[in-house]
Amino acid sequence: MAVADPPIATHVARAGRHARFEIALPWLVLAVAGLGLPLLDDSYVGVIAQRACIYWILVAGLNLVVGFAGQIAIGWVALLTVGAYTTAVLTAGTVTAEWNPYLALAASGLGGAVFGGFVGLPALRLRTFYFAMTTLGFATIVTQVALAWKSVTGGGVGTPGPVFPWPFEPGWGFYYFCFGLAALATWMTANIAASRFGRALVAIRDADVAAEAAGIAKPRLLMTVFLFSGALAGIAGGLFSSLQSYITPDAFTFDLSVLFFIAILIGGRGSILGPLLGTIILTVLPEIAAPMVAWSTFLYAALLLVIVLVVPGGIADLLDYRNRRPLKQHREIAPRPELLPQLLGEHRDDAELALSEIKLNFGGVRAIDGLSLEIRSGEVHGLIGPNGSGKTTALNVISGYYAPSSGEATLNGIRLPFKAPHTRAGYGIARTFQTPRLIGGASVIDNVMIGASNDGECSFVESLIALPRHRRDEARIRAAAMRALETVGLDQLAAVRADRLQHSELRFMEIARALMLRPKFLLLDEPAAGLSAEEISRLGALIKAISRAGTGVLLVEHHADLIFDISDRVTVLNLGKVLAAGTPAEIRAHREVITAYLGA
Amino acid sequence: MIESIVSYGLAVGAVYAMIGITYNVMFSASRVFSFTSGMLGMLGGVLGALFITRLGLPVVVGLGLVLAGGAAIGVVTEFVAVRPVLKSLEQHLYVLSTLAFALMVQQVVAIKFGTDAQPFPRLLPIGPGLLDQQFWLPMLACAATIAGLEFLYRRTLVGRAFVAIAEDSYAARALGLPEQGLRVASFALAGIIGMLAGFTGAEMLLAFFGNQPILNFYGFVPVALGGMGSNRGAVAGGLALGLFQQAANFLVGGIFAAVAVFVVFIAVLLLRPEGLAGVATSRRV
Repeated sequence: MAVADPPIATHVARAGRHARFEIALPWLVLAVAGLGLPLLDDSYVGVIAQRACIYWILVAGLNLVVGFAGQIAIGWVALLTVGAYTTAVLTAGTVTAEWNPYLALAASGLGGAVFGGFVGLPALRLRTFYFAMTTLGFATIVTQVALAWKSVTGGGVGTPGPVFPWPFEPGWGFYYFCFGLAALATWMTANIAASRFGRALVAIRDADVAAEAAGIAKPRLLMTVFLFSGALAGIAGGLFSSLQSYITPDAFTFDLSVLFFIAILIGGRGSILGPLLGTIILTVLPEIAAPMVAWSTFLYAALLLVIVLVVPGGIADLLDYRNRRPLKQHREIAPRPELLPQLLGEHRDDAELALSEIKLNFGGVRAIDGLSLEIRSGEVHGLIGPNGSGKTTALNVISGYYAPSSGEATLNGIRLPFKAPHTRAGYGIARTFQTPRLIGGASVIDNVMIGASNDGECSFVESLIALPRHRRDEARIRAAAMRALETVGLDQLAAVRADRLQHSELRFMEIARALMLRPKFLLLDEPAAGLSAEEISRLGALIKAISRAGTGVLLVEHHADLIFDISDRVTVLNLGKVLAAGTPAEIRAHREVITAYLGA
Repeated sequence: MIESIVSYGLAVGAVYAMIGITYNVMFSASRVFSFTSGMLGMLGGVLGALFITRLGLPVVVGLGLVLAGGAAIGVVTEFVAVRPVLKSLEQHLYVLSTLAFALMVQQVVAIKFGTDAQPFPRLLPIGPGLLDQQFWLPMLACAATIAGLEFLYRRTLVGRAFVAIAEDSYAARALGLPEQGLRVASFALAGIIGMLAGFTGAEMLLAFFGNQPILNFYGFVPVALGGMGSNRGAVAGGLALGLFQQAANFLVGGIFAAVAVFVVFIAVLLLRPEGLAGVATSRRV
């Protein structure tokens, strides 16, 4: 496996050790501070610390929803309420037999998960505002129910919270309980963040079209995260009811929701340390600025507005100094196609991808009018035509974004479903986009690893607690991504934030991501657009090598020279119909093609 | 009982419908759903009580001031919370900026006006009974709003410009329509409608800072049911919601009503995301 140049390998290893220490340092400080806090022997500090831990247990889970998946969950306080009332009511013994508080806490986690999943349902189909409104509505309704359901919740009078028995009795015992659970929540969310699931969440947030092309099943992943996040919020609620010792609906104002939300935004999306610091700061701040308590919500709201308008990246962005170091100027992309067999595997079966009699309308416009086309393993199939002739549309039909009004797409004779782009990765069909779809805030290698989102053996739960299979998957995917970057010639930029790359580099990065699927077929949508002549010739050699390694390539391009250089067969589209098809030599000599497209 | 369900339900429904229209008017001009809609409804009641009860102004002057205030706060919303984020690449930031702005206003109300629900003055000496003004005033306001908007959109040049912006803002700009100016104007208009809803509904709902999230949610449900941007859908959805809520309140209790509305809302979002009367339009690739 190891063919990488030794200098690069050692350089990466040294940088890795240093970086690992840099990353671990703040966590060590926090752990020591947290464990040593009881030495202060100040019960007031203890209560604040307990509150910070409890809030963080909730925020840690919410962070996956908001910070990673980018879903605007603003009413999460409702899940805290559900958890708090579940524990309080079960342990009070007024409605059921008296439960053991630890059991009741587990029930709170379960209840939180159920409601978290329920509230999350609309997010599976609709974007942003609808989900925000659903969570807000849920928060409103939970408060109304808590007030009205007097026989269970005690209505406005409230209900007492439980006292946890040995070994975590009130005081520092309970603090260590909260601290331990908070540490556990941190560890688990960090594991998810560093797994293919975490990368997939970020992909859903920043580049959902690319996420689908990589085969990420958004509904399933989001639902898993909502359940997990809801469970953490429920457990936080159970602990909260004990901390408060008496709960009324007034204890769960919308202010808390805002606090949770801003903690994440201040901290920065896609970070774990940032939101943790945000939570601590926002919990402690009102204690220091006591005269400001009446205005605290106003200040939170003002802070939210300022963050949104001025620093959408949060603390994490401000602290990310490593990505402000200047990059080398005049970088050259030097692909190494000779590495392809290692990346794609040696023995590959022949396959055929075919469109037959596809027709597709956009409103009154017939975009594709009876298109038939075959792409075979080991061949480059060029698709050219004037603007609006249906090239990209054809590509979108193959990759499942559009459903044609008639006709079918088949792979080795098996029909491919339409309007289901996330299924294509499973069939071994990868693609790139006319405008590169990147996750700007993630490193180049993370962007490439998105391509292997479905290529892992371990489940979400295994990743959560970092079982060996999770670590094996990660190591294997990372090594493959590094190989893919070496292949396209971007390995030197692996650790750089993707939004700092030049346009041409992004095109190669997308190809590396597509190669992670070890695709049977690769669909390239104008990969040469915006590239220099030198880069185009390297791209051509790379594409040719990809096809010779056994992958069928469909190349949509405007650069006729590139098409004729590397294509084995060429199809020319005009007004959604095939104008001509054949070898490059035949097409070059085709009279109609010359008049319609190439020019005399 | 049936009479009180109908009169109260239609009246509350009319308030929901008007808040729904407030969402729509802002959405049409900017593609922004603004959390300030519920805030406007809340402010209509609070400012009305402030001007008429506390300051002792005549009802007509009070109403005029409330509506003028609505227009002003609509304009401020556009400048503070909408314009800056429309430029940003991440379009959804408006969700947070409008929420933040609405929360700031709500907190100022809570601190300066008080956190207790306060009674709203009787505007006209008609009532009590099922034909009480508190029931027909919101309905009248809702009917007037719809009639006024229909006239504006169909018969006036400015209204047609609004429609053009809502239909295709790029094309409208290419024709030389002042998109920014029209957006500001529509936020002012939404401010007036939202305040009118709150003002006429306040005798039922009281002048209370906590009405904001309730109106935000129940005002959005008709929009989700009727399809975004559709004012007729919002009215039909709002009245249906009001009737359903009151019927459930009387017959099976408030808990069931709240939960049932929420479940229906989620089911509609899942099964018909474009609304019961809407048409799906989206193109991503």
